[in-house]
Amino acid sequence: MSDMHIDDFKHEALDHIHHHLKTYVSVFVALMALTVVTVLASYLKLSLTATIILALIIASIKGTLVACYFMHLISEKKTIYLVLILSVLFIAGLPLLTLLAKYDVPVN
Amino acid sequence: MDIPYTVQPRPDTGLYNAKVGIWLFLASEVMLFGALFSTYILLRVGAIDWPEGVDVLNVPLGTLNTLVLITSSITMVMAWAGCVMKDFKRFRFFMGLTILLACVFLVVKSFEYGSKFSHHIYPKEGAFYAIYFTMTGLHAFHVICGIVVNAYLWGPGAKLWKKNPAQFTNRVEVAGLFWHFVDLVWIFLFPVLYLL
Amino acid sequence: MSVEDHNELGFWRKYIFSTDHKVIGVQYALTSFFFLLVGFSLVLMMRWQLAYPGQPMPFEFLSKIFPAGLPGGVMVPEFYNSLGAMHGTIMVFLGIVPLAFGAFGNFVVPLQIGAPDMAFPKLNAASYWAFFLGGIVMLISFWVPGGAANSGWTSYPPLANIATTGQTWWLCGMVLLITSSLLGSVNFIATIIQLRAKGMTYMRLPFFVWAQLVTAFLLLLAFPPLEAAGVMQLMDRLFDTSFFMPSGLIVSGEAVDVSGGGSPLLWQHLFWFLAHPEVYVLILPGMGIVAEVIANNTRKPLWGYKSLVYSVLFLGFLSFFVWAHHMYMTGMGTVISAFFQTTTMIISVPSVIILTCLFISLWGGSIRFNTPMLFALGFLPMFGIGGLTGLPLGFNATDLYLHDTYYVIGHFHYVVAPGTIFALFAGVYYWFPKVTGKMMNEMLGKIHFWASMIFMNGVFMPMFIQGLGGVNRRLYDGGLQYAQNEPVLHWNVFMTTSAICLGFAQIPFLINLIATLCKKKRVESDNPWEATTLEWATPTPPPHGNFLTEPVIYRGPYEYSVPGAKKDFTPQFEPDEESK
Repeated sequence: MSDMHIDDFKHEALDHIHHHLKTYVSVFVALMALTVVTVLASYLKLSLTATIILALIIASIKGTLVACYFMHLISEKKTIYLVLILSVLFIAGLPLLTLLAKYDVPVN
Repeated sequence: MDIPYTVQPRPDTGLYNAKVGIWLFLASEVMLFGALFSTYILLRVGAIDWPEGVDVLNVPLGTLNTLVLITSSITMVMAWAGCVMKDFKRFRFFMGLTILLACVFLVVKSFEYGSKFSHHIYPKEGAFYAIYFTMTGLHAFHVICGIVVNAYLWGPGAKLWKKNPAQFTNRVEVAGLFWHFVDLVWIFLFPVLYLL
Repeated sequence: MSVEDHNELGFWRKYIFSTDHKVIGVQYALTSFFFLLVGFSLVLMMRWQLAYPGQPMPFEFLSKIFPAGLPGGVMVPEFYNSLGAMHGTIMVFLGIVPLAFGAFGNFVVPLQIGAPDMAFPKLNAASYWAFFLGGIVMLISFWVPGGAANSGWTSYPPLANIATTGQTWWLCGMVLLITSSLLGSVNFIATIIQLRAKGMTYMRLPFFVWAQLVTAFLLLLAFPPLEAAGVMQLMDRLFDTSFFMPSGLIVSGEAVDVSGGGSPLLWQHLFWFLAHPEVYVLILPGMGIVAEVIANNTRKPLWGYKSLVYSVLFLGFLSFFVWAHHMYMTGMGTVISAFFQTTTMIISVPSVIILTCLFISLWGGSIRFNTPMLFALGFLPMFGIGGLTGLPLGFNATDLYLHDTYYVIGHFHYVVAPGTIFALFAGVYYWFPKVTGKMMNEMLGKIHFWASMIFMNGVFMPMFIQGLGGVNRRLYDGGLQYAQNEPVLHWNVFMTTSAICLGFAQIPFLINLIATLCKKKRVESDNPWEATTLEWATPTPPPHGNFLTEPVIYRGPYEYSVPGAKKDFTPQFEPDEESK
């Protein structure tokens, strides 16, 4: 790996950055809009289940946008995906299995 | 021998050390906040009655804070872009803005806390307030940490820009990853606590 | 300062606030040996009380150190509870883990992968100092009003929520220790991923490094939920919230004044979500050390290197889905119990694969019975007993009978005490010449091994008998108050005597340690065991930065007795004959 290569890489990044800036701004606008949508939706007085599902869907979209674009996860390396997949699997297991344990009670 | 890959990425992983470090740390943060969200779910399904956030919390202030934090996220990424474009002034401007917005977030949050305390509502009020104060408190602690890191990079840490701009850019990127994560947590905290 | 050579650091920077992974490793080792000694002293007091309930301690000065716990030398029940809780906490979080992970991992991992240091040396130092502070907090808590934490090392609420101040200190200490292992594990993983030397592919990593990598992942991802739980218990204790306090709780005939609505079981879930992976944190580094020592002293490659690696990865992964087998008695239904029983049985498979690979590695080797090898060989059957006695605890039908008896104590002590601690001793004897440049005495080492082996079994084997007899693990009079314990109670004196002798059995080790440090004669070679892994390619002891020239790796880690080779070991760092 030579320094030449790094310079090329940086140069390429410089070309791309202006393109990226546009993406960041559109993500920002989407996040702002989705925030307003989620607040307005909460005033609709839907049923509790519908409110929860809607709010969580919107939050997940927003979260994905931040992670993918601001945190550059969309073009990240394998190692990092692996670490995150592990932690997401484990943290999904915690509430799921705990809830199962809570509701699986012996019948008298 | 010096420690390799502090600035330039290791060819086979394509990552520099600090980036691996921060993502590992963020994975552990996922577990930390995940455990708190799990607690929230368990307490809520086990509760006899659970107040709706809309009725007990100040939704307009919460919304304002969400917008403030999202804005601080884009200024953070702009600050990093400033470093990549070798435009130090641009970095300083956007980084300063990020720190300022983070402080605004804390001020708004302290007004929310204050109004609760003035009505003699403390964490011991019930399960909802317990989880509300614990989660937002822990999040606010992360915001404070973010401010400290960003302020360091804005002020004394910026000396590195002259010596080693590539390493400085890496540091800003790592601080940015942490800051976006703090934003990400709030994106979930806000609807869960305020709107449901 | 500026005119001085920057490599020449003063005493404080070089030995106390150092960022060199080797110095930090030694700091971890010394501190955790101290805490092992503290934890062992605590249990000696407990064992005295169990064998001779209500009789004054044999040493007068103990009642001066603990005036509240040992008035007139006689132990009060609350103090017994404190000792139990703190013995567990100190041994697990301040003794074994820092020694296995902090000390051996720090010293050996960067050397074995050919790195100049850890990826983040300053974080490494911070990690040690957080651990050190946590230890201080735990020690101080013995002298706060009400004594140290006394709700068991598991700190189950609601008991822990209403316990004396010591519990708050315990929580603060734990937060520091969790921070320490968090920083440590980030550092280890980043180091292993990023700083492997040229040619060191993943499948050329020594098994010890694999074991440490999985351990680091367990610490990284399992500890945060306990940190969250610790913060919530602190909230409960300091701000009267009710995360873990149920509605309508009555203590000593009076309703507790809390808002209620919390769930004591939630703590158990969050606690065991950490504490089951923690069991593997305790054992995996030990397995790694044993694998290194066995390969070196059988003079043949480890049998089934790939099986070992895949087993340890699978073990680490699955350990996140077995935690509720500690909770069969909490009123879970049959479906979820069956789930956790199944995962528990599955996770025993990779452990057995690892043990089997290590056993088969012995087959046909020309074994050198030196001290490290004796300890490594001692580890195998001891860990086997510990593991196999775990199966009846993993089946929920048998666990209902054995839960919270001395059988459980016997089971996990077999894994950790004659298991992990023997492995750690093997590591001390094995790497001592690299750390200090001096070889430890073989004769004293062998006395140390055989005496420890006999008395370890003397302490823990009778626990199975008592447990099967139904003796509960938390009785401060050793079970005297229940008539059904009578037939097995005489073992208490036997176990206590064995425990005291086990203490004496460590004297040869201490003498050996001090005498070796004092002696002048140094090892002649940088590779006195004729080993193949990379840590033996450095000067002895390794200087700051470790390697004189950047190491290049040509082959797998255990190329012993290669047919046609000139000598019976072909190090990873030696180029092929023809390429020279």
